[in-house]
Parts: sequence; structure tokens; C-alpha cells
Amino acid sequence: MSTAGLTLLHAKYNLLETSRVPVALIGSLVFPSLALLFFVVPQRTVADNALFATQAVISLSVFAVMSNSLFSFGLTISENREKPWDPYLRTLPAPGTARVLAQVLSTGTMGVAAIIPVAVIGGLFTAAEASPFRIVAGFVALAVSSLPFMFIGIGIGYALSSKAAIAVVQIVMFALAFTGGLFLPPMLFADWLDTLSRFLPSREARELVIWAVQGGTLEPWTWIGILAWIAATFALALVLFRRDEGRRYR
Amino acid sequence: MTTLARLQNVSRRFGDVLAVDDVSLDIDSGTILGLLGPNGAGKTTLISLLEGLRRPSSGTVELFGGSPRDHRTRQALGSTPQETALPATLRVGEVIDFVGRHFDAPMTTDAVAGEFGLGDVLKRQTGSLSGGQKRRLSVALAFVGRPKLVLLDEPTTGLDVDARRTLWDALRCQHENGATVVVTSHYLEEIEALAQRVVVMGHGRVIADDTLPAVLDRVALRQVRLSTPEPGRIAALPGVASQEASDDGTTTFYVQDSDALIVDLVRAGIRFAGLTVRGATLEEAFLTLTAHDELEVVR
Repeated sequence: MSTAGLTLLHAKYNLLETSRVPVALIGSLVFPSLALLFFVVPQRTVADNALFATQAVISLSVFAVMSNSLFSFGLTISENREKPWDPYLRTLPAPGTARVLAQVLSTGTMGVAAIIPVAVIGGLFTAAEASPFRIVAGFVALAVSSLPFMFIGIGIGYALSSKAAIAVVQIVMFALAFTGGLFLPPMLFADWLDTLSRFLPSREARELVIWAVQGGTLEPWTWIGILAWIAATFALALVLFRRDEGRRYR
Repeated sequence: MTTLARLQNVSRRFGDVLAVDDVSLDIDSGTILGLLGPNGAGKTTLISLLEGLRRPSSGTVELFGGSPRDHRTRQALGSTPQETALPATLRVGEVIDFVGRHFDAPMTTDAVAGEFGLGDVLKRQTGSLSGGQKRRLSVALAFVGRPKLVLLDEPTTGLDVDARRTLWDALRCQHENGATVVVTSHYLEEIEALAQRVVVMGHGRVIADDTLPAVLDRVALRQVRLSTPEPGRIAALPGVASQEASDDGTTTFYVQDSDALIVDLVRAGIRFAGLTVRGATLEEAFLTLTAHDELEVVR
């Protein structure tokens, strides 16, 4: 079977396995909506201003997709590596690319799907607004800009044991979220932090989705940065996958 | 007969532990090769090198003329998950189908189920299977892709006698259909029932590599225990594989033919007392073979 066929095969079985324990999905599906209800909707100064509300919904969506990518990939992969089924899958004639991309398709799709209720709540309970076309464009931008986070998550999953992965994922997530302007808008940043943040995938993701939803100009550093991060993190994930030999004990 | 896999001077180190130590081995088509050895002898590491799961620290591993790390090479390789680890929420039929779709010409799910006695449980989630059923499914997965070479790492550990025999029958049937099988075990009985060629491993090295009868002769040792003032003279008698002194003043000799030894002992006029004779366990036979091997290396 071709690499594409094997990717779809693995993605399908990943989703099938997950769907057999539906409760496990609640965390990633409901968490972003709850965060929006608790943190954005009650703040009327933000929620009643169309521009701020839209940006807040976008920042939260980027944060949710990012944390879901890092956590789902980092933890699931490092846990699976400690079980004997994963080494068995490695003995099957499937290339590493197919395994890694299948994880992106299955877990990534669910992470992006979790943003649908966020868009609905944002539209109903805040002044956030966008045309249907813009919303679709926003989802596409979200999916593309979440790729680096997924690959970073995959890299962490293959590099570390599950206990170490939790700690590293948390640090990476909060550092990227804060410096990317997902908690505080970048206009409040000091100049040096603003400059630094333009090199980070979280900031670039935020700008890309805002551009897709609200229009305006897209600065070259945004899309160049995202493409560079996708290429670099995908290569890293693949190298770490190939290097992995299951759990290491000393 | 063609060579399906070849290891040349392969070593694999984990930190300070040398799990596989300079092993050279050819695996030819058409046989069932038994890989026998105590726990920690390096059998599983050897299998994982052939599966492409691990890289050798030194030496080369060749599978069907290519590298086992290349997924295309593994198209003709069958292996089993260890420790009956199966995705608990997937159904038996789904797991067989999933694995089969990796291969160019897989067996149908029904054919696999029929051969390994899984027809009644195809719709069950693997988490609900009994230990024996899980084992049978694990082993069945190795054959789904109609592989040329099948690697089975302790396929029957933890099974009762009946379940073990059922699995052996299924394995023999697959072998008659043309599969070459490498099976590891620390049960001599299992290797006796299945293998034609036997490789004995100890401390990461190949201690013996021969036909089944020849290896059986070597490992079927007897223990002769006695106290004597002249253990050196006894050790020099023909057929003594090794000796071992105990704190209570007795010495244990491992021999192939204990009757012949005792006749020789009496003829030589060596003084001895407190003679006991019993069969050596496989573990003891291994240790003897291993010790023997080390002596040869020292010399």
C-alpha cells in the first residue's frame, strides 16, 4: 500500500480506538468552549467590542489547538511507546512518515473540531463577528498553523518518557502561549518581547488566523515563519521517530 | 534453500550490558529454527535486531538482502506483539484486518481466524479475550501477511498444555505451507516439538548451533555427585562436561553418560563416597554449556 493509503489506514484505526472510549474525547472537545465561557464572555469590555472579542476568540482558539496538539501528541505517544503494541506496529511494513502523518490527521482533526463550539459560542455570546467565508478561512489557517505544535508534540512524545513529557509539555505550552500573545495581546508587549515573539510559532499562528478572519495585511514574517517551523519541526519529529527504539532503561 | 536473514559479527550494547555479543548467524528458508536460552541470554534483543526495532552497536544485520530498518524490506516479515499487548478497544476482526492491509497479499480475516481458532471471537474487543486467545491472536498476526520469515518471541509463555499444543499445531501447519519460522523459548519441550535447527544462546553469545538431535545430546546432561579426594582425575575422564565443588565437600560432575562415567570411575580405582546421580535441568545444562564456552574463550 502507498504511504498515503497507510496514513489513512493508521489514522482511521487511531480514531476508531479513541471513539471506543468517548469520555476521553470530552477533555479536548469541551475544554476550549469552557475556557471561552469563563474567561472571555464575562469580561464585557472585551466581549462587547467586535474587534477585541474576535481577537480574543481567535487567541483562545489558537491556544486550545496548541495545547491540545502538545498534550495529545506528547503524552499519547510517550505512553504508547511504553506499551508493547507500539513496537509491534514498528515491525509492520509502514514508513515513519505514514505513522507520524496519521497521528496528525486523527488527533489534529479532533483538535480543530473542538474549535467549532468555540466559534459558535463566540458568535452567540460576544460581539465577535466574521462572515461564513472568513470563518472557514480561519479554520484552514488554524489547521495549517497548528502543524508545528503537533510536530513539536510528536517530537516530545518520541524523545521523552511519559512523566518527563508532561513536565516539558507544560513548560513549552505556557512559554509559547505567553510569548505568542495568546494570554496578553502583543500590543501590551515591550519592544524586545514583541520582536522575539515574531519568531515563535504561537505568535505567527495568532497573526495568521487573525489575518484569515479579519483581513488586513499579512506580514511576510508570519507565513515565512510558519512554513519554516512546519519544515523544521516535521524533520525533527521524523528524526526522533526513527531514532526511537522504545523505552530506554538504564 | 536461500538465506533469508544474516547476522554478521553483530553486537548490541545497552549501557554497560552487552546483550548480544559478536553473533554471526544465517537463517535459511524452509526450517523452523529454535532459539533456546535462559532469560537474559539475548534472544529477544536478537529478534528485535531482525525486526528492525533496534540497531546493532556493531556488525551488520541483513534481512532479505536489505536492511530490516527499511519498511519495504519488512513486507515479507511476520512478527508478534510481545506480552500479548493488543489494543484493548479494537475488535479481533479489526486488528487482523488492520495488520493485513499493510501487506501486498494478505490472508483473508476469515482464513486467519479459522486457522488459529478465532472464528467465534472476531466481533469481540481484544480486551475481553482470555490469555490463550490473546496469544493465538498475537501469533496469528505474524502470519496474516503471508510472510517468508516469521519471528516468534516466546509465543506460548503462560499458556496451559492444551493451548500450547493447539498453537504448535497451527505453527507446524503454517510451516508446511512454506513459512520459515524462528521461535525463541526457554522451554526445551517447545523447541523439541517444533524446531529442526537449534541455536542455544547464553550471555549474548551463540553457544551451540546444530540440528535438534545434536543439541539435545549436548544439553541432555546428567549430574553425578560424590565426595572424593581426587576430583581432578575424575574431571579428566572422558565425557565430563564440567564440574562444580560444593561447600559440603562434595563435587558435582556434569556428564552425558553417567553409567559410563561410573564404570570408568571404578576401573580407574579412584576413591569416592556418597554417590548420587540425577538428570540435569535445562537451566543447569545451559549453565554448563555456558561455562564450557567461557573456558574455551579463555584458552
